[in-house]
Amino acid sequence: MLIVACVKQVPDTTQVKVDPETGTLIREGVPFIMNPYDTHALEESLRLKDKYGFRVAVISMGPPNAEVTLRKTLALGADEAILLSDRVFGGADTLATSMVLTGAIKKLAEKEELGIVMCGRQTIDGDTAQVGPGIATRLGCSQLTLVDRIEEVDIKAKTIKVRRKLEGRHEVVSAPLPAMIAVLREINSPRYPSVPMRLEAEDTSIVLWDNKVMQMDEATIGLQGSATQVRKIFSPERAKGEILGGEADKPEDSAKLLITRMIEKDLLSL
Amino acid sequence: MTATVTAFIIVLILAIAFFAYSCYQRFGLVLKGKPDNRFNAIGKRLWNMLFYAFGQRRVVKKPFGINHFVLFWAFMILLISNTEFLLNGLAPDTISFSLLPDGAYFTLALIFDIMSLLALIAVVLAIIRRFTFPPPYTEAKSRDAFVILGLVAGLMIAFFGMNACEIAAGTDRAGVWMPVANWVASWLPSGAAGLDTGAQVCWWFHAIILLAFLNYLPYSKHMHVLTSIPNCFFKALEKVKTQPREEFKKGNTFGVGEVENFTWKGLFDSYSCTECGRCSDACPATFTGKPLQPRLFIHDIKMNLLKNADKDGHKELPLIGGEGEGSVKEEVIWECTTCGACMEVCPVFIEHVPRIVDMRRHLVETKAKFPEELLLLFENMEQRSNPWGIAPAERTKWAADLDVKPFEAGKTEYLFYVGCAGALDARNRHTTISLAKIFDKAGISWGTLGRDEMCCGDSLRRLGNEYVFEKMAQANIKMFAEKGVKKIITQCPHCFSTLKNDYRQYGVELEVVHHTEFINQLIREGRLKLKSDTDLGKIIYHDSCYLGRYNGIYEAPRHVIASATGSAPLEMERSRDNGFCCGAGGGRMWMEEKEGSLINVARVEEALKKEPDTVCVACPYCMTMFDDGLKDKEASDKVRVLDLAEIVANALPDE
Ligand code: SF4
Ligand code: SF4
Repeated sequence: MLIVACVKQVPDTTQVKVDPETGTLIREGVPFIMNPYDTHALEESLRLKDKYGFRVAVISMGPPNAEVTLRKTLALGADEAILLSDRVFGGADTLATSMVLTGAIKKLAEKEELGIVMCGRQTIDGDTAQVGPGIATRLGCSQLTLVDRIEEVDIKAKTIKVRRKLEGRHEVVSAPLPAMIAVLREINSPRYPSVPMRLEAEDTSIVLWDNKVMQMDEATIGLQGSATQVRKIFSPERAKGEILGGEADKPEDSAKLLITRMIEKDLLSL
Repeated sequence: MTATVTAFIIVLILAIAFFAYSCYQRFGLVLKGKPDNRFNAIGKRLWNMLFYAFGQRRVVKKPFGINHFVLFWAFMILLISNTEFLLNGLAPDTISFSLLPDGAYFTLALIFDIMSLLALIAVVLAIIRRFTFPPPYTEAKSRDAFVILGLVAGLMIAFFGMNACEIAAGTDRAGVWMPVANWVASWLPSGAAGLDTGAQVCWWFHAIILLAFLNYLPYSKHMHVLTSIPNCFFKALEKVKTQPREEFKKGNTFGVGEVENFTWKGLFDSYSCTECGRCSDACPATFTGKPLQPRLFIHDIKMNLLKNADKDGHKELPLIGGEGEGSVKEEVIWECTTCGACMEVCPVFIEHVPRIVDMRRHLVETKAKFPEELLLLFENMEQRSNPWGIAPAERTKWAADLDVKPFEAGKTEYLFYVGCAGALDARNRHTTISLAKIFDKAGISWGTLGRDEMCCGDSLRRLGNEYVFEKMAQANIKMFAEKGVKKIITQCPHCFSTLKNDYRQYGVELEVVHHTEFINQLIREGRLKLKSDTDLGKIIYHDSCYLGRYNGIYEAPRHVIASATGSAPLEMERSRDNGFCCGAGGGRMWMEEKEGSLINVARVEEALKKEPDTVCVACPYCMTMFDDGLKDKEASDKVRVLDLAEIVANALPDE
């Protein structure tokens, strides 16, 4: 049975700045990393592989240089890595992205029974958390989001039991396979690639699927297939802060000042 | 041929055959190790052997070492007498010193007699010591030790007995020239009938003990009698023994997870250990009650080799993580700060640190198994080229209010390699700023790489993540070449040692200087004038391991302190080559210290004994460790920590 782990290569957002004049992201010289949430999705897939013997295929939609990230997934233990890359996939929003990913998953499912689609909760560049659910909708499979623990998988009965982390409570649910699971970062701590695995991965070729292979309707993918358009990106205005309690001030005075300010701004529920 | 000679020939052949067999067994195992060329620079090696083995240079550094010195030399000299003894046993009528002319024979007789007495005294002292003030971290009262000491004492007693009987019987003409034997003889009835038999009995005792001793050696800790002299010959020639690079090719093994993956020298080291315990006595991990004891670590390597001797392929006892003697616990491997104190004191130049790092390499590279704190460190290093994972753009933050120029080939002389801590750690940025001021004051042409600077990779290398270290080293070397960097000043001793010593393995010779030496040179050349009345109270200097033991820089910082304050710094009990680590080296900076007490606190306590007002450090890690340690001891309001550069910046004359 197959697990498809979806990963995305994202710019290291801690290093991205917004150009104050044009309002666009300055991406130049910013290194790319595997979306941190996806590293947990991959790890969970690999753990299920170790435990139940799944085969893990990783797919990623992105530019050719996303190969670096896919190679890393191989070094970590994925069995196969497929890059979905074509100019016509470009400019996609979450809807169009989930179309392409779903297309790829369906293609993989033709050859092997699909068990789980594993996604990270969200990406750190878009932060929408929509692609995973989008895939589940398009595939018409079970949708389990905010998962922080996989309780068990019953391969024979084709069910999965997971724990979801909701506000102030947990919820344990079962669902039939195939299921799309979107994981939280708490679910596990990712492994580190061994050198033999890295060397092996360096020599493995990454499979490329462009639209010739995928045969998607161009109206449903890329910029054309996107339901949303970005009008402007800007950093929100923020009022300048004030630092209380400089070294010269006595802590007592600083504390008094702080309370006064909080009352002024009505921050205390008195 | 007399019956005695025949009997002796048989005994001798049996003894030698068994000894040869033992050696074949034991040393055959050493040859299973990986290659390591220790046969270069023969002249230098012979000198090392003379100086350190025959000169016993390191042995005598401890007062009781004198006793070993005496025993060693008595042994060496008596080797001549014992060789004669054995040959004489084979051919009594043709080989004997007594056939020499009187002068020569009497001289030899006198020397051997005195040496035997000295050896006997040394043995007795050694026994007394084991009961009264045993050396720390040894098994002072082990059976092994007493067997050997007993055999040596027996040998001497038999020697005296034999000679005394002959003197009393009037069959040895060197009587008065053997004062000890002669004195013993004076207790025997001269010319009595049993004396011949007495001499015979003593002779046989002597022969049997000698051969028993020889045959016991390979099976005891006294194997070092056979191996320590060659081990000094094979000692590392460079001051810093950085272990070789690894070749990252499919099918290779990475690091050492099985004893045979050590080099033959690594295995031979384990045979050479005298179990003197000096390494453990110097070790900060041992001192603070952690399971790591370098002596036991080396011993476990030896035991693992021996216990797995017959098991080709399938090893019954794993080298790492097994139970009991002969297996090293994982936490032991991670506790080392790579401070090098063990290697500095080891009288026979055993290389502990490379062995420990070899095993870390195995854990990290082959097993991907390490303390969890390190996962974040490794990711940060690989991703952002600094241990904290801070965005590289922050590297220039310290220079916000300064006019710092970028390094430009042809225009700038020195690259100031700020280092991750110097650029990104709030406290250590002050050191960086001080250095910038000093350089400007002295009119140095310097520049930085700004946000393009990358981590040197020190922690990764010491932690055994050679694969990522190699990538970082290569990236740095490429950048240095592209930017035309030749001369580098570093703020951090770890950057210093890595760029200088480790990068050499990649075929680059960079002229790297640490700020302590650089400032010292500026002062000497008169390019930097200091007010010598800086009021920082009593200053105590803490030696950074990577500056001191790794690179021999002890005097420069002390001179600088003297120039900046007008007086020499206070010294801690353990200083210079005997200095005690702050606890942060070897990647320990990024790890939790779970076992035992805290190393940095131990060091702070040692410093506080001298009641300083200021602790002077020359390393950003030491800075952090002392800062934390002083807080721990609630002493940070009384004692401050300053980097040497800050002290100097403080002493710069106002315009
Ligand atoms: S290098 Fe330092 S910490 Fe490591 S074993 Fe030797 S003395 Fe102990
Ligand atoms: S390793 Fe060296 S210092 Fe340590 S016990 Fe053995 S001989 Fe002594």
